[in-house]
Amino acid sequence: MTRLFRAALLVVAITAIPITGAAAQDTLRLVLRYDPNTKPGVLVLRIPGVNGDSLRAILQRDFDNGDRINVVAADETGFPDAPTAGKNGNYPLYAKLGAVALVQATPTATGLHVAVHDVAQQKVARVKDFIIDGAPNSRDWRMSVHNVSDELEAWVTGARGIAATRVAYVQGLRNGRMYVIDSDGAFPTPVGDDSGVMSPSWHPKGTHLAYSVVGARGCCQIYVLDLASGDARRIEAVGNGLNSTPVFAPDGVVLVYTHGEEAGTDLFATTVFERGPVRRITVGRGSDNTSPTFSPDGRRLAFTSGRLGHPEIYISDADGTNPQTLTYSVGDQNYRSNPDWSPDGRLVAYQSQQTDGSFQLNTISLRDHSVKQLTNDGSNEDASWAPDSRHIIFSSTRTGSKQLFVIDSESGRWRQLTRNGGVRLPAWSPPLTR
Amino acid sequence: MHRASRAVSLSVVALVALGACKKKPEVAPAPTEQPAPAPQPASPTPTPAQPECDAACVEARNNAAKAEAIRAATAALTATIYFDYDRSDITDDSRAKLDAKVPVLTQNTAVRIRIAGHTDSRGSDEYNLALGQRRAAAAKRYLTDRGIDGSRIEIVSFGEERPTCTDESEGCWSRNRRDEFEVTGGQITAVQTSSR
Repeated sequence: MTRLFRAALLVVAITAIPITGAAAQDTLRLVLRYDPNTKPGVLVLRIPGVNGDSLRAILQRDFDNGDRINVVAADETGFPDAPTAGKNGNYPLYAKLGAVALVQATPTATGLHVAVHDVAQQKVARVKDFIIDGAPNSRDWRMSVHNVSDELEAWVTGARGIAATRVAYVQGLRNGRMYVIDSDGAFPTPVGDDSGVMSPSWHPKGTHLAYSVVGARGCCQIYVLDLASGDARRIEAVGNGLNSTPVFAPDGVVLVYTHGEEAGTDLFATTVFERGPVRRITVGRGSDNTSPTFSPDGRRLAFTSGRLGHPEIYISDADGTNPQTLTYSVGDQNYRSNPDWSPDGRLVAYQSQQTDGSFQLNTISLRDHSVKQLTNDGSNEDASWAPDSRHIIFSSTRTGSKQLFVIDSESGRWRQLTRNGGVRLPAWSPPLTR
Repeated sequence: MHRASRAVSLSVVALVALGACKKKPEVAPAPTEQPAPAPQPASPTPTPAQPECDAACVEARNNAAKAEAIRAATAALTATIYFDYDRSDITDDSRAKLDAKVPVLTQNTAVRIRIAGHTDSRGSDEYNLALGQRRAAAAKRYLTDRGIDGSRIEIVSFGEERPTCTDESEGCWSRNRRDEFEVTGGQITAVQTSSR
């Protein structure tokens, strides 16, 4: 009954929009409407070819990590057959397993031909030829496969997956190096030559990382690393003193950062790729103002400020006007810091210190200021949203020394991303598709 | 603690030796506690003869006293001060330590210092960089309020990136919430002593 019901919820809308050429196949749109509490079941059929098993494993793991799809486990030998329609076809068997969609992938000379079957309708709903780059199981190759996962997830659920993303972070609790790791934990890779790195932050196109460097003579200067060329350039406009927590504005042109000399630290803005003027944003009057994060439309900022005597999350217009507390309750002296604005603009994640001194991650709704606590095990810091506005990367001591973990803010399900201790300050990339 | 004082006395010996070479060739270097007379290869100031042992002894004693005074002045100037959690206020204990630095800086106008602010491991790594800066700035302001030229004092922050200890206990945290003082230029030559 429930299975029937779920199957009945699948609606395939075929919209004919007159578009020419190669884009024509994108006019087929599979739209699934489902109870948000019920994840649609997707069965990935066995993939032929020498790399078939790893391709299938990556697709299944990506769907699972996305938390929007229930990966239907099929007997590896019993149900890998291509679906057949009709009175004696095997679609009903797949339906019985809980699959509303089947992914049938076949290697081609340039990549992968993928057909997604609608089990209820007993037919192919959509097909596409994907290009897969690079040598099998290389970093590029895996990213190409993640891109397939993300697009298939969009076909099935309406929301693009986050597999084709990476996380930048700092390895080392002091004199740390900057690393980038795939969203599934593959290929932790050092980037840039600097040590003493803190607060990496992605360019909105995923092409550059901004970060600060604590030198032998103290904190800090700001650098921007071009990931393609490996060249790092110091942002000279910021001047001497403390310069930290750089973030790119959504336009990719402006950089906002913390600068301080002798009267507290404030947020300032300058341009990234051409030397431009420095503009002051916050007026903290001797307090500390740091860790800025932009609203997705670039019109507002959230940041940490100590202007009330202890750190709280503030929000202001992008030019610093109209500052107001986002997290503050009278008499509560515990401290809240490190905001990160969700890409859909609805929530700000931050860390909140508990009476035992540990930090836990919260989200606060910008609509009604309702607060939701996401973690309670160990100390959890440095939240950074995935592009799906649902998953969050953070550092945690829950298994001992600081590691990176991913949590699904809707279900609370979490997984460990890194395996080498002493890791912190993660930043989730934008989608890294070409 | 031990290591700190040893480092200070070492740097005093170095300072004195440096000072002797550079500026005051007529003053014999004063390696007071050393067993043999310090080898002084390139220096043009060996005392001409040994007969007036009394005068040499007096001078040696004066030198020793001065070296001790310089050692004490340096120790006062580079004494670390400590802070309460998430605060940059100067505590009463720190006030006394900062007060002891003022005459050293006043009498040795060539001396320049760097104040480095640090925090404990609690709190946000990013906010702690800012907090360290505020701690260094607080000490600098205390000194400039007492007449020391601000251009002689550089301030930096290390946040929680350079701890002196790493265990997670109040004993360790309290030692990490600190300002360190380092001489970055000039020498301490003038000290308040009875002999002058």
